[in-house]
Amino acid sequence: MMSALTDLTIAEAGSLLTKGEISAVDLADAHIAAMEAEAELNAFITPTPERAREMAAAADASRARGEAGLLNGIPLAAKDLFCTEGILTTAGSHILQGFEPVYESTVSENLWQAGAVLLGKTNLDEFAMGSSNVTSHYGPVKNPWGRAVGRDLVPGGSSGGSAAAVAARIALGAVGTDTGGSIRQPAAFSGIVGMKPTYGRCSRWGIVAFASSLDQAGPLTRTVQDAAIMLRAMASHDPKDSTSVDRSVPDYEAALTGDVRGLRVGVPAEYRLDGMPAEIEALWQQGITWMRDAGAEIVEVSLPLTKYALPCYYIVAPAEASSNLARYDGMRFGLRVDGADLTDTYESTRAAGFGAEVKRRVMIGTYVLSAGYYDAYYLKAQKVRSRIGEDFEAAFGRCDVLLTPTAPSAAFTIGERQDDPILMYLNDVFTVPANLAGLPGISVPAGLDREGLPLGLQIIGRAFDEETMFRAAGVLETAADFTAKPPAL
Amino acid sequence: MALDKADVLHIARLARIRVAAEDLEGIASDLNHIIDWVEQLGEVETDTTAPMTSVVQMALKTRDDVVGDGGYADKVLANAPETADGFFVVPKVIE
Repeated sequence: MMSALTDLTIAEAGSLLTKGEISAVDLADAHIAAMEAEAELNAFITPTPERAREMAAAADASRARGEAGLLNGIPLAAKDLFCTEGILTTAGSHILQGFEPVYESTVSENLWQAGAVLLGKTNLDEFAMGSSNVTSHYGPVKNPWGRAVGRDLVPGGSSGGSAAAVAARIALGAVGTDTGGSIRQPAAFSGIVGMKPTYGRCSRWGIVAFASSLDQAGPLTRTVQDAAIMLRAMASHDPKDSTSVDRSVPDYEAALTGDVRGLRVGVPAEYRLDGMPAEIEALWQQGITWMRDAGAEIVEVSLPLTKYALPCYYIVAPAEASSNLARYDGMRFGLRVDGADLTDTYESTRAAGFGAEVKRRVMIGTYVLSAGYYDAYYLKAQKVRSRIGEDFEAAFGRCDVLLTPTAPSAAFTIGERQDDPILMYLNDVFTVPANLAGLPGISVPAGLDREGLPLGLQIIGRAFDEETMFRAAGVLETAADFTAKPPAL
Repeated sequence: MALDKADVLHIARLARIRVAAEDLEGIASDLNHIIDWVEQLGEVETDTTAPMTSVVQMALKTRDDVVGDGGYADKVLANAPETADGFFVVPKVIE
């Protein structure tokens, strides 16, 4: 029974809960047991089993009163970037040592209001800066798919702990954040679904900020339907985030009609990279065939500035990060390392509290914003960003969604690609453009490489048209019929 | 223009991050590698392009200028490394 409960989808679990065939406490217990059994993955920084049991009991009680929310009794994991009241929140960084927020992020509060149960806070790259989960102060996360090949593989990043937890059947779903691909790339590496909404769809309030014009929260799940269910619960207009949009939240699940006849699916020629593995290209072609066979019209489109998206991102994101991370000064929360005077205390605290990649990005950001370089780097990047947005607008004049690979490779071995930061940055080459343009994107597990590791395909939609994106992703999911699971312990 | 050790020290100072003398060269090399790579943006024609200021089309929201929250100094101070009498305790700022 235990393994069966952890193998359910959110939709299936919800249906069994509604029928009274299982209780939220049963579900929570099964997942707590899985979390303990899978401790070697290092997917969680702070497991919260007691909290999970309390929340599950409360979920059962509210169901008994006839007040079950959309996610009543569903056990979820939350990236340790979401502030959770009274629960250690670290952002994967030493500098937030001991930080227990006195408030709850809007997105997580929305989930608990819908009846969801928190299993724990998941590991991540420090301040969400990374594509492999190796920059965490709390150590790397192992991808459960590593068992298929006998090597320790990265789960992707930065939402690597969230992806590993969902893939390893520890949680029915998880919330992550995506600044340049941090939900979609780990979803692809872990054989699950990961979705980034349109910028502004989910409130950023209470999420530890990395790059404020790019950050968005989103779900990681095992099916497209589950992602649609979770997003509906997460999204809201929030007066506490001036960039959250005042639009009603659609029933995304209702958009999954399975019908893409006449839908125009754009295929951007510039996403075909030199040196891209043949398997990625073959899977992309397979995806095109699946959509065509389902009745969609395939349209060749051009996004000429694709190759400039990544360098543009690596000016804009570090610039915003250097500003956002200025708050970690050792005065009001987290780590303080005392020095000879105030400046010495700041410098010592930040030297001890930040890891190498965070320091690198804060320094790049400081440089591109500094006097004499602002116009040449930051302003130039914001202009290129405008042009990238215009490219997407032009493409969406000819198509309704875009179909691309999610990542240029399958999961790689922990420790690889460490010597050259740019090699690591290239992981996000297909995901970063949607962040720069604020567009929704979803990764769907679509096949296995020759070693048996999962690969994903991405659907990118128009701003605030998650419904069409979900509809196309649902059809892709059905055609791909991805049923492979990582080997159990 | 390649950054040298003195430039890195200046940037680190602006960023309030202490960098050991023996690490300056390695960091300079990393930063130069990244900066050389982002220089390719110079190839993109942007003479008539306005910089992006908002990623989605929306008017900046305003609200009434009233106090809507607060009055819990104990919560604000709950995570501070050092406090006294309802205040943050920090190193001496003015000599």
